[in-house]
Parts: sequence; structure tokens; C-alpha cells
Amino acid sequence: MNFNLDRRSVLKTGAATAAATALTTIPAKAAKKGGKLRLGLAGANTSDSWDGRTHSDSFMIMLGHGAVFDCLTEVAADGSLKGELAESWEASADAKTWTFKLRKGVTFHNGKAFGADDVIASLKMHTAEGAKSAAKPIVAAITGMDKISDSEVKFTLKAGNADFPFLLSDYHILMYPAGDEDEAIAKGIGTGLYEVVSFDPGVRCTLKRYAGHYKGDDAGFFDEVEAIAINDSSARQNAIMTGQVDAINRVDFKTEALMKANPNVNIFEVTGNQHYTFPMQTQLAPFDDLKVRQALKHAINRQELVDKILLGHGQVANDHPIGPANPYFAADIEQNSYDPEKAKSLLKDAGLSGLKVDLSAANAAFPGAVDAAQLYQASAKAAGIEINVVQEPDDGYWSNVWLKKAWCACYWSGRATEDWMFSTAYETGVPWNDTTWENKRFQELLLTARAELDSGKRKTMYTEMQMLMATEGGTVIPMYANYVDAHSTKLANTGTFGNNFQMDGSRIIERWWFA
Amino acid sequence: MQSVGMIILQRLGLGLVTLFVVSVIIFTAVNMLPGDFAQAILGQGATPEAVEAIRESIGLNKDPFTRYFEWLTAALQGDFGTSFAQVSFSEFAGSDTGKGGIGSVTDQLVPRFKNTLFLASVAAIISIPLSLVLGILAALYRNSAYDRVVNVSTLSAISSPDFFLAYILILALAVINPLFPAVSNVYDGLTFWERLNASMLPALTLTLAVTAQMMRMTRASIINLLASPYIEMARLKGLSPMRVIVKHALPNALAPIINVIALNLAFLITGVVVVEVVFVYPGIGQLFVDSVKIRDIPIVQACCLVFAATYILLNLTADIASILTNPRLRHPK
Repeated sequence: MNFNLDRRSVLKTGAATAAATALTTIPAKAAKKGGKLRLGLAGANTSDSWDGRTHSDSFMIMLGHGAVFDCLTEVAADGSLKGELAESWEASADAKTWTFKLRKGVTFHNGKAFGADDVIASLKMHTAEGAKSAAKPIVAAITGMDKISDSEVKFTLKAGNADFPFLLSDYHILMYPAGDEDEAIAKGIGTGLYEVVSFDPGVRCTLKRYAGHYKGDDAGFFDEVEAIAINDSSARQNAIMTGQVDAINRVDFKTEALMKANPNVNIFEVTGNQHYTFPMQTQLAPFDDLKVRQALKHAINRQELVDKILLGHGQVANDHPIGPANPYFAADIEQNSYDPEKAKSLLKDAGLSGLKVDLSAANAAFPGAVDAAQLYQASAKAAGIEINVVQEPDDGYWSNVWLKKAWCACYWSGRATEDWMFSTAYETGVPWNDTTWENKRFQELLLTARAELDSGKRKTMYTEMQMLMATEGGTVIPMYANYVDAHSTKLANTGTFGNNFQMDGSRIIERWWFA
Repeated sequence: MQSVGMIILQRLGLGLVTLFVVSVIIFTAVNMLPGDFAQAILGQGATPEAVEAIRESIGLNKDPFTRYFEWLTAALQGDFGTSFAQVSFSEFAGSDTGKGGIGSVTDQLVPRFKNTLFLASVAAIISIPLSLVLGILAALYRNSAYDRVVNVSTLSAISSPDFFLAYILILALAVINPLFPAVSNVYDGLTFWERLNASMLPALTLTLAVTAQMMRMTRASIINLLASPYIEMARLKGLSPMRVIVKHALPNALAPIINVIALNLAFLITGVVVVEVVFVYPGIGQLFVDSVKIRDIPIVQACCLVFAATYILLNLTADIASILTNPRLRHPK
């Protein structure tokens, strides 16, 4: 992950970033145009729409920001940030004011030209009265949006944020034509490589290549795309095994070996930021005692969980939420390991001879959460800790158990930047802070790092924050879960898969081609 | 014939009462499920404020009685409302799709119901003649090896769960011999033959699920009549066994057979839920499952009413058909 350092040093000016990523773009001559890509995708709902603010599941993420619409910036397959509708950007020294230069000559699928007004209108959709956008916190942090010219916008932020261009790559923040937002949402009118031919929510969507797209010959090699909603995992597998579709997402770990035996199917998997957690409410006894938390962190056999729950499709994690797809992921800090003796002595230090705690779990938290809790129970026994696994109902888990019970199972899909992840769930006072952990130094670092443009300094600060969470934090994070997808051997790709989402950063439609 | 007309009216009236009771039961049942639409749709993001905001926008914050009667009043006027999902998203977009617009329950339901009817028709067209022929032949060659084989195989088919039959068929006819697609990708714009091809595996699964009952009823009711004096008479006249069965026994055995056929037709529409999910067939069953998952009550209600109405109407048809095939019932004293 060394290249991340290089790219962060050029983050301040997007023009330089563009130059850096030019080195890693696809050798265009290897890619072949043509054909119809057929996808069998999980994560479709009858409530799906072209409203980016509501996108949360894989079907719409892939078709929305990954095909029909564009964001201002884009995370490339190698993890670097490049401009999508923005050409370049520049920050003031305090990272409070950002000026974005927009790509010229871009048109929406209805022929309207894209410009600064569309950017401002699209961002305002997230803070509109009554709008329930998941990206609201990002946009709410912008205090001023000024149109300098048709192709230049100046943003003023409440507080400095070095990650601002990164945040604009969020799949919720799509660009819509100003004034026609409602129509664009109803019909799916964006600036993306593909325009909508038909869309039946929760069933099927077909797209065709938009002629004369600004990405030209570098992306969008398929003539047509057909995405079929297949939420049932066996049906999805049947579809790819019988060649009815060319690629599927979310391969069932249990049957992955059988699929590998099929000579026409390739499995591709990446470790991203998706991680499974056991958050403890640190204001409640016994979790208010640091020694107890540390004992619990040493009472879990992480490798066993990776082997048995993920069947090897994952990586051991270290009690902090920063993953391999994050720019400042610190892979070299000391790993919290399974050590029942150490756990015992930690409990002794806390003045306890044993420990009895309830752990709430349901498979709604993550697939296999109940089994994981039981494995945890077994491994903790050796340390004299008695974990009572409380199996909760799947329905209403997020409303009735998570944030309510003192200790439970949970998952996070992770965030593109450290600051975003920390400020979503670990900043003091935020609604999703599921550990209520308060650490002065951690909060201080969070605020300083946010406004710091120097990437060397940021790396030091984010490493310290990861260490703080690993040693003192309130959550046990045993593992990162891989994204496992399957594709037909007829498909070809650059060999570099984006690890920020499943299916090559959810951009398989743009980046792949038929060999 | 007047009495038949009376019976139809009476039964239709009772049918409406049944539909009303069904709607009450479904509404209560869905409300008793843990979690509601707001929580289901928000998932991990279900903060109390967000849940409350969505509940308010779709009227879930009102008490159940008010909600039910509002729904009932509208439904009686033919308006089944707008699905929660659509209301919620029109809120997001800041515009209202309005009654009967893109998002109305009827608009969502009708295309799905057409797909399900198509699938049921294909299954019926295969299974009814098949089970009649199998049943008649089984009666003709009763207790022969043929009879046993047919009995055992249809009974094993009906005893296996639908999804198991579905996977066996996928294995045999899609994976080992790629004759039909494993996933029924059905959409507007397909030709009839393409649609038929895509629907073949689910239709065959349904055929396997309903053949046994119809076939065994045909066999049993024919054999039942074979001891009657008029059959003996026909046999003594020297008629061939086939002619005795088809011309003499079958017309009198029709009433129970039609009854079973009608019940199985109802199953072909209401029992498709599992089959549609396995084959990703975009019918009413799949819509039903998706909607229960997100607790979208208006859609669930409408689906259940469609299912119930199908049962009531087909039962009525069965009774009327058995009256019409029996002259004694047709001309009561």
C-alpha cells in the first residue's frame, strides 16, 4: 500500500493527481469493445430508484454511480483518487476553501450540458427540507457554494477537511441536471457511460452505451448491459454456472469451492474495509473498565473466526475500523492476539477472579454472527470469562439491539477515508457511536488530522489513532470480510480490482470487457 | 337454472365476507411481525428520529384501527393505495407521485399478476391433460406395474418440497442438459416462445407438484364407478375396456375430478411463492416475498386479497361445474 503515500502527497492539487493516475490507466489497446454484459446481482429491492440519496444496496450502487451517473471524483481501481466530472481541484492552506474545475463539454443523457449550476443543485438535494440523504453530513459541512464560472465552483467548508475531494466520490453524491432533478430521478438521466433503456425496480435493468461520452475509449467497453436482480444466492450461482449471466456478486462462501471447479467461472476476491465488530458500551459496567475490555480483546481467537465463519475469505483485524482499502491503514502495529493467560492476568489486575457477560447476536448483524459469538464464548472460557450468548431476532435488530444492549454483534462496510469512518462511529457524541468511548487524545487527533494537508503528518496521526483504538477502544473487531464475486472466463479486466466495494469498486460495468 | 344463479350470488356474497376477514387477519398478522417498514428500510441507519420521520410520512404513526379503516374505505372504492416504498421515495425526491400514479399498488401488482397467470396457464396446460391421461390409464391397467410406477413417482413428487423439485429440475435440465434457463428472466418485449422457454422450468416444477392429486383422483373416482351395474352392463355388451372407461365411467366421475382440478389451479397461482423465488420469476409471489421483507403493508394486503379471491372464485367454479355435470343437481326437485 505504499503508493497511497505518494498519492496523498499530491492530494492537495488534483491536477497533479490526474498526472499520477495517468500512469496507471488501462492500456486501452488491450481492451476490446462490444458485447452485452449480463449481471446477476444481489441487493435489489422493489423500492429501488435513481435517487442517489437513497442508494444503499449493491444493485443500485453498481448501476447508479457505477454506470448511469457520475460523481465529481472517483476512486480508481488502485485506490487513488481521480477526477470524474471534476478535472482538478485546489485547496486553501487551511483546507477550508476548495475550488473545483469541472470537465468541459460533458452532456447529460437528455442532451443538456453539464456545468457549475448542476453541481450546486445536486449537492443541495442532500440538504433539502425533509430529504433523508445518507450523505447529508458531508454536504451539511459545506457552508458556501459559489459558481465562479460555468466550469468552476468554489466550496467553503465549516471546518478544514483534507478529505473533501475524497468525500465527493461517495456513491450518494451523484450529479443531476439542475431544474430537472425530478425527471432525472424518474428516468435515470445522468452523465454516466451508460443510459437507461429500461428499469423495473427489484427485477431488471437494461442500459446502452452513451455515444460520445467524455471518458471516450478508456472505459465503457460493453455496448449493452443487462442487470438481473437475483437476491437468492443459489439462483445467482445457478445463473453463472449455466452461463445465463457473465458475472455475479456476493458468492456464498459455502459453495465457492464448487464454483471454482467450473472451468468457465473465475472467482475474484479482495479484502476491503468491510469488517465485523462486537461493540461494547464503555459507559456501562463491566465495560467501563479498560482492563476488562483488554481481557476480552485477548480472549477471542481471530484466526479461528476467519477460518470458520468466513471460511478463509477474510483477514484478521486489530480492533480498529481502518481497513486495507484506506489510505493510511497501519498494517504494522502490534496485533491483539488470542492469549487466555494474558486475559486472565488482565482480569486479575482489574480485581476480578472471573467475568460473566452477555453478548447479543443475530445473523442480521453479519452472516454467521451467532456462530461467531459461540466461538468467542468457547475461546473465552479458557480465560475464565463466561460469555452468555443471547440470540436476538433478526427483525428489528438495528433498532432494538444495536446501540441498546451493552455488548452485541455489528458490522461496518467501512468508509473510504479514515476521518469519515472515525467521525461516523467513534467521534464523541455522534449518533452511531456504538461504544460511547471517549478518549481525549483520540478526539484531538481526529480534529487536527482532518484539517491537515500534509500527508506525512496525517499518516503519523492516523497510525496513532489506530493504535489507541486497538489498545483502549471499546470495540472488538475480529476480522475483515472479503468481497467475493464470480465472473465468466469470457470477461477480461485490467488485473487491478478496486477494493472499496464489491465487483471492482462497483465499477465492473465501466472497467471490464469481453476478451 | 335459477337455483344455480342463486347459488352463485350467495357464494359471491360469502366470498366478499371471506375477503374482508382475510384482510383483517393479514393486517393484524403483518402488524404483529417484529419491526416495521421504517426500521426495515433504514437497517443500521434506524435512528429514532429517522424512523419517526418515515413513520410519519407513510402514516404508520397513526393507530392500527385508523390505518385499517382508511385502507378499507379506499380499497372499497378500488384504490389500493401506494406502496410504502414508493411513498417514502417520492418524499425523498420532494414530489408526490399521487394516487394511481407510477407508484400505485395496482400498477405494481398488475404486470406481476399477468406473469403469474402466464406461468399458471403453462403449468395447467401441461399438468391437466397429463394427469387425466395418466389417471385414466392407471384405472384401466390398475394394479399393474404401470399403475404402481405412476403412483409411486407422482406421490414422491408431491411429497418433496417445491424447492427441492426445482433444484433437481435445474440440475437435470439446465446444468447437465442445458435445455432451459435456470433463471426465468421474463420481461416485456419477449416473444411468446422466448417467454415460454424462460418459464418452462418453473412450470414443470409446478406440474410435478400438482399432478399427483389430479391423477389419483381421476384413477380413484373411475375405479369407484367400475363396480356400478351400468358399467357391468357395458362390459357385458362386449365393449372394449378403454371405451367403458372413457365413454361410460368418466362422465360420471367428472364432478370430483373437476373439483380437484379447480383446487389445484388455485394452488398454481397461490402456491407459486417458493417456486418464483427459486427461479427469480418476476410474478406476484416474488413481489409478495420482497414486500413482506420490508413490511410494505399495502402491497402485502393486495397480494393476499388476490390470493384469497383466486381461491374463492376457483372454488365457486368447481362447485358450479360439478352441479352442471350432474343432471340430478341441475334439476333439483
